[in-house]
Amino acid sequence: MATPTPRVRMPATAKKGDIIEVKTLISHDMESGQRKDADGKTVPRKIIRHFAAEYNGKPVFSADWHPSISANPYQSFFLRAEESGSLAMAWTDDDGGIYRATAKLTVT
Amino acid sequence: MPGRAELATILPRRVLLAVGGSLFAFGARSQTPEARAEIDKVLAGRTPVPGGITLDLPSIAENGLVVPVTIDVASPMSEADHVTSIYLFADGNPNPLVAKFGFTAASGRASASTRIRLAQTQNVVVLAETSTGALRSVSAEVKVTIGGCGG
Repeated sequence: MATPTPRVRMPATAKKGDIIEVKTLISHDMESGQRKDADGKTVPRKIIRHFAAEYNGKPVFSADWHPSISANPYQSFFLRAEESGSLAMAWTDDDGGIYRATAKLTVT
Repeated sequence: MPGRAELATILPRRVLLAVGGSLFAFGARSQTPEARAEIDKVLAGRTPVPGGITLDLPSIAENGLVVPVTIDVASPMSEADHVTSIYLFADGNPNPLVAKFGFTAASGRASASTRIRLAQTQNVVVLAETSTGALRSVSAEVKVTIGGCGG
């Protein structure tokens, strides 16, 4: 499987106090551990188990994902715009891999 | 093999358990024991108050592999009173706990969307916990045409 690629969409600017939506998507098979291959053998579980978003170092949203999350997991959440800064996001894989993305926000 | 007298003592207890279980049933369709155990772990003896949560789900999912779900909990999201956790369960899935979402006052809104797998027709159950200790719940049935686990 290719290295999971995160994609993030959120407004680049916001007024102070606005609540903005962040939409994220990452390419990943999210192998549930329930599926069997052609030989009838169970395909081992391998999912992204955790997602975390921090704005200027402060946590704003997190998600613990379990095998019932669809492949190429989509996650949206909200953020209250108080000051300009950057949103740092990290996806943690079962195999220990961490995939990162950041997005900048200018608050007027 | 149990004797007749022994059976008689076992049976009424089973009936009692079934009645007790139905008090907390979130919908008409029965939950798997695994789902009940997972939900009970979060409830920890508490009884959730129904409502205050918008659960946006299709009532019929043609493809159980990708079912969009949006949860929105009414909350002031202040430092003193905000939603801290939302638990999402699919009570007929082999892995009933689907996701746990964590929020802070900086979230501004206790809402999240994702896409989930549903193995069969079942109830989706949501529990929301706030910083003041309130616990709310909502559930909705989704009819699944093609299941989304295994294969």
